[in-house]
Amino acid sequence: MNRSTRYVLFFTGGALIAVLYVWGVVGMPSFGSHDHPYRDRAVHASVAHATPNVVSSVNFDQRGFDTLGEETIFFASVVGAAALLRPSKEEREQHAANRDNLLQVLASTRLLGYVLLPLTLLVGFDVVAHGHLTPGGGFQGGVVLATGLHVLYVAGRYDALDRLRPVTVFEHGEVTGALAFVGLGFAGLAVSGSFLANVIPFGTFGSFLSAGTIDLFNFAVGIEISCGVVVLLAHFFEQAIVLRGNPQARS
Amino acid sequence: MSYYPYFVAGWLLLAGCFGIVRSRNLVHAVVSLAIAQAGTYVLLLSVGYQRKATAPVFGSTTKPNTNVVDPVVQALTLTDIVVSATVTALLLALAIQISKRHGTVDPDELSALEG
Amino acid sequence: MNDVVLIVLLTLVGAAGTAVVMTNSPERQAVTLGMFGVLLSLLFLALQAPDVALSQLAVGTAFVPLMVMLTIRKIRGGRQ
Repeated sequence: MNRSTRYVLFFTGGALIAVLYVWGVVGMPSFGSHDHPYRDRAVHASVAHATPNVVSSVNFDQRGFDTLGEETIFFASVVGAAALLRPSKEEREQHAANRDNLLQVLASTRLLGYVLLPLTLLVGFDVVAHGHLTPGGGFQGGVVLATGLHVLYVAGRYDALDRLRPVTVFEHGEVTGALAFVGLGFAGLAVSGSFLANVIPFGTFGSFLSAGTIDLFNFAVGIEISCGVVVLLAHFFEQAIVLRGNPQARS
Repeated sequence: MSYYPYFVAGWLLLAGCFGIVRSRNLVHAVVSLAIAQAGTYVLLLSVGYQRKATAPVFGSTTKPNTNVVDPVVQALTLTDIVVSATVTALLLALAIQISKRHGTVDPDELSALEG
Repeated sequence: MNDVVLIVLLTLVGAAGTAVVMTNSPERQAVTLGMFGVLLSLLFLALQAPDVALSQLAVGTAFVPLMVMLTIRKIRGGRQ
């Protein structure tokens, strides 16, 4: 199919979609209306389980099964990307020769990187741990942790980053996080008869030890997401930085 | 203003699809897909918004029985953002693999299915 | 939140999305994608969604542009 056919097809289809979309949208309640039935029920259920962050309660307590599906998609994507990015036979021979790739960065950038690394990791742990109290949780905190580790790359020390993250350890960490989530679900099943139920005593509203199993789910998801993102970026870095040279590429 | 956010969401979706249609580079197509996904996030959050309501997180200043925006659509959107970034990573890995095998990332030149 | 702020942010997000799609070279798209991520995060904050804004900020400004740049580098074969 050549380009002009593609454009004609897109504009016809796009016009049709636009007409249907506008027709659907003007039948919806207008933006900012007061009528949200799910909101009333979700807030009521979250307060009954002593969780100040209603979004975390919806994610891990009321609709935990969807979160299980989402983190399984994440896990499968990391496995798929790692499988696609494994080095081919000729690339493995270049591997040993390219270990000393240090970026030339300014000294101030390097200092900023060294200072930001522990701070970002601390902020990441805080975001994961307080996910049931303040905005945050396993998903956001996991990404902050993983990208915080890569501040070392920005500071020009890819070799230090490489030593700090043995990929096998992080792969095991990702699997541990995923299994911990499923294990907590089965613990809920064993104690109270429904999968992913919230079975630990709820505690007082607003204190750190409250909201039942939501904090444990946050830790499990935080471990899985951070280790998964580190593994994913490790494979991309290996392909782009260590294994140089793809001489057939034309863009 | 009653329907403007929904139109912006639809515009982002169509702009992302247009980017995929006209792209000459697979990486450009993947980034345009990310724009189309952002359109769905804007739509979801706009559905849940209520005027003069606050965020669905209670603390010392917000007691639990005030009016808040809808938390269910926020829960849907927030896991979706992280997971779709990983699916973008999968697509980029596919693009790398295609460039290694066929030597090009131009979609117009990748027409034949080779065994 | 004030309606004016929402209208301004929505328009900026629409314009930034169009700019990302119309940028032809993928290296420049990584930068405009980062900018789009920041604007989208501000819009989510204006729509009273701090969890979603945090998630979008972490993902859309650090994670995805980094992967796009690494992919481009690999595809180009490391030529500067």
